[in-house]
Amino acid sequence: MNSRPQTLAEKILSRASGASVVQPGAIVTGQVDLAMIHDSGGPRRVSPILQRLGVPVWDPERVVVITDHYVPTFDADSEQILALTRDWVREQGISRFYDQQGICHVVLPERGHLRPGMLVVGGDSHSPTGGAFGCYMFGIGATEMAGVLATGEIWLRVPETLRIEWDGTFGPGVLAKDVMLFLCGQLGMDGGRYQAVEYAGSAVARLSMQERMTLSNMTAELGGQAGLVPPDETTAQWLQAHGSDPGDWALWHSDPGATFAEQHHFDAPALSPQVAAPHSPANAAPVAEFHDVVPEVLYLGACTGAKLEDLRAAARLLKGQRVRSPMQLWVAPASVRDRQQATEEGTLRILEDAGASILPSACGLCAGYGPQRLGPGQVCLSSTARNFKGRMGDPTSQVYLCSPYTLAASARAGRIMDPREFLEEA
Amino acid sequence: MAHGRVWAFGENVDTDQLAPGALMKSPLDELARHCLAGVRPEFPQEVAPGDFIVAGKNFGMGSSREQAAQALVHLGVKAVIAPSFAGIFQRNAYNLGLLVLECPEAFRLHEGDQLEVDPRSGTISNQTTEETLSCVPVPEFLMAMLEDGGLVPHLERKLKQQKAT
Repeated sequence: MNSRPQTLAEKILSRASGASVVQPGAIVTGQVDLAMIHDSGGPRRVSPILQRLGVPVWDPERVVVITDHYVPTFDADSEQILALTRDWVREQGISRFYDQQGICHVVLPERGHLRPGMLVVGGDSHSPTGGAFGCYMFGIGATEMAGVLATGEIWLRVPETLRIEWDGTFGPGVLAKDVMLFLCGQLGMDGGRYQAVEYAGSAVARLSMQERMTLSNMTAELGGQAGLVPPDETTAQWLQAHGSDPGDWALWHSDPGATFAEQHHFDAPALSPQVAAPHSPANAAPVAEFHDVVPEVLYLGACTGAKLEDLRAAARLLKGQRVRSPMQLWVAPASVRDRQQATEEGTLRILEDAGASILPSACGLCAGYGPQRLGPGQVCLSSTARNFKGRMGDPTSQVYLCSPYTLAASARAGRIMDPREFLEEA
Repeated sequence: MAHGRVWAFGENVDTDQLAPGALMKSPLDELARHCLAGVRPEFPQEVAPGDFIVAGKNFGMGSSREQAAQALVHLGVKAVIAPSFAGIFQRNAYNLGLLVLECPEAFRLHEGDQLEVDPRSGTISNQTTEETLSCVPVPEFLMAMLEDGGLVPHLERKLKQQKAT
């Protein structure tokens, strides 16, 4: 029986490490419940290491492989990377393989692989997305992933918890993306101190799962190791609907009286739509400060910004409208399932009718790996997570970050625009 | 003890600067030739084995791509010294055998200074200014991994030991 109240992160790490109680700062070895890898940091890099070590993956049932970075292929090298991925998956007897089905952070939960309380590692920095489902999930590099695949274990420093509470209800036109840009601006890109960030409060509890995923996802930009949302009925229902067993979800929350290293309270109704100026998500400010910026390219993409609900938000403002010439709107739905649903319900049609080009469901421009890149001096407004110099193209390109609502409003206005200007009529 | 010179960088050096996305499928040698070239074009050409990188807070922020640390190892960088590091980068660095030292007073080190470091005791000796700074001592289990040359040789040794017993 533990006498000390525990945080959600401590509960998961104590279970995964077999310790009855864990204290922040202690080094523990956790048994990994699930490891996710993609085509870039995955087989092409872990396979030679496993060969050198002379071991197969420790448990093929606990490995999920998703291709999304070199998708679609565009040259002989990218063809070869995907071919190698497919061969390796077969050779290792891994059945949980999703080839060109969308971005890993969206595909992983939508195919029912996450359950509250799991310890999960992902070979990508946006892996904290799994925290939206009450998993302690974090990103690691390929060599460390090879170590996990060889042993099924990983060392962790038990994190402190930074609790961020939003109370009330977010106003119209304000999305999870605005919350995270605001937090990056307030706390900085190292504000998370590589500890566990926990999102809570009545406003967070009212968010849908895809919106919570955006919170957890951009914990990467806040510099946290994991970004947790305590599971609730919303989580349980979503998991059931996506073929996962929510299990004992009600256990996975921070105990009353648990110790938080930092607690931040924010008033949800006071938050306005945010835009982050080049070249950092921390350059966030209210949208009104950017009304004179005229983007050339509008990119609705990425795990952060092109899930079904993101597409719906953009469509809500673009229904019966046209993207203002000469701006271009590029839409890359985050997963094939979200794309199918958006097609069936007419959401994608609305965006196409407005003049959008629909791109493949993959990391695309956000990862900056492919042939499609921003040109010199090109100004882009993007619903993605990071706008580092040169990431999406030429080092002189200028990327502003915003929510899908702000992006759609800007498409109509021909310059960066507050979505609340249009929402009343929508 | 061998010492090397300081290359100074600012805050929030990101993984796209260390390992540009467009070169992620290029051989390491080519990728390393572009490492930090966006900020200091001469760096990848002129950095010498044993040199140090000194930077502002949150070094290595962004992607989990370990080529960011691997490029520095390839160029022979002995250690990165900064007040704080992005967590994934820091883990990747140890896994690839690159020493990173958290030093709250890294700002006292300047371009061209000659340094010696002792990660176990957590000291940085500046030969140029004859100052000694403290850094966070590296835990013994990470030192063991570093001394083996990173996670892969470390695991290799452990697996051999397991087989032997």
